[in-house]
Amino acid sequence: MKEEKLSGKTRVLPVIVLIIIVALWVLISWLQLFPESEFPSPQSVVQGFGEEIRAGRLFDDLVASLFRVTLGFALAVVLGIPVGLILGDRARARRALLPTVNFFRNLSPLAWIPFAILWFGIGDRPAIFLIFMTSFFPIVLATIAAVASIPAVFFRVAENYGYRGAELLTQVTLPAIAPQVITALRITAGLAWVVVVAAEMIAGRDGLGFAIWDSRNGLRLDLLVVNMIAIGFIGVVIDRLLLQLTKLPNLRWGYER
Amino acid sequence: MKDKPLSLESVSRTFGATEVLRDFSLNIVLGEFVAIVGPSGCGKTTLLHLLAGFDKPSSGRVIIKGRVRMVYQQDGLFPWRTVAENIQMGLRHVRDKTERERELKELLALIRLEGFEDNYPHQLSGGMKQRVELARALAGDTDTLLLDEPFSALDYLTRLRLRRELARMLKERPRTVVLVTHDIEEAAQLADRVIVLSDRPARIRCELQLAAERPRDPTHPEVIDAMHQILTVLGLEHDARESEVFSL
Repeated sequence: MKEEKLSGKTRVLPVIVLIIIVALWVLISWLQLFPESEFPSPQSVVQGFGEEIRAGRLFDDLVASLFRVTLGFALAVVLGIPVGLILGDRARARRALLPTVNFFRNLSPLAWIPFAILWFGIGDRPAIFLIFMTSFFPIVLATIAAVASIPAVFFRVAENYGYRGAELLTQVTLPAIAPQVITALRITAGLAWVVVVAAEMIAGRDGLGFAIWDSRNGLRLDLLVVNMIAIGFIGVVIDRLLLQLTKLPNLRWGYER
Repeated sequence: MKDKPLSLESVSRTFGATEVLRDFSLNIVLGEFVAIVGPSGCGKTTLLHLLAGFDKPSSGRVIIKGRVRMVYQQDGLFPWRTVAENIQMGLRHVRDKTERERELKELLALIRLEGFEDNYPHQLSGGMKQRVELARALAGDTDTLLLDEPFSALDYLTRLRLRRELARMLKERPRTVVLVTHDIEEAAQLADRVIVLSDRPARIRCELQLAAERPRDPTHPEVIDAMHQILTVLGLEHDARESEVFSL
């Protein structure tokens, strides 16, 4: 995929769309088509932002959610990639374990919420557990698939030039799977960010997900929208950050075919 | 004892029920350029894998002396490494850093890709990639090059150019070479000896020696003559008698 040169006009298109959405929002609330209790006005949301930021709640919730996602996701990466490498390399182990991995991959991580609370109580730990369950299986599967798709010629070249053992892993296998694995990490991080909100709604006392639930219970729909905007925005930021990895010069080959 | 760097002694190789090689013998002499041509699926690649040590014979002996390196049809370069890093793979055994640097410079000059050392393979044309592969394989004190249809993914003119390049490189750095190819013209232009294989299980159908000095032009009379003979053996050209019948 070559990035097309965007002219100045096409660059402002997303901004225009955003302005139109906000304008519609302003219009609908100005016309009072819905009661304020069901459809918060832009002004109240802006005020809500100020309130949440001054109270420090928005920042605290954000840190809480990011901490859980980062830890759960990091754990899944650190364990998932080696497991994927081993299963990708060993046909027997793969045959034995792949159906199980697939089963858990297709089981919604939200189904674990009751157990998460039973086992880990309320707070960071159940959320981290749920994020781990969300991320681990897709990462394992993506790594297996990436290992399986390494062209055989790379291994012959590696043998020819004397790469063995640990060097074969770090100099050949890992760089060969990196582009595919990073794509999988982007998708999985998105999933993890979606799931942390649900986890915190039920098993949290803070975090953006809890803030959503708390706003709803307090009938503060303006704060609900404040948190929704924060969640969506941070999700985009996380994806953009991971996208930067694909710009590394020694990874470009994987995205330019 | 390096006069016969590669030899196969009554080698057989079967894959399940498929017999690819049966009682196959071949001696390759030091500094010789041997081209192996034959129909698709006749066992040329199996032969190369045996000579490279990637594969073991079902019976018989394969003798490999010295450092053997293989060049592939395409995508044999590591795409996550730059041109320089790929070539340096061939210099891993060279201990001295300044020696490695010097050799890298020389190789880049040899393949005429100075200034491209920091490019990645996907930024190069097919012909440039094959030149980098050749440089990587030549790097250090390689004794034997195994070329697995190295130019077959290139367009015809690039192929002609690369043949000249290869001949020139071998003039500067003589090596024992085994070339497997579909391209009869390529075989006849480049090799000292052309071996034509039969269908599976592969036998040697005919062997041609070419005496003309390398590098040669594709239109050199001896090349044309060799092509005629190979095509006749493969049944792709009317032999003399047949043409007489037709001219009657």
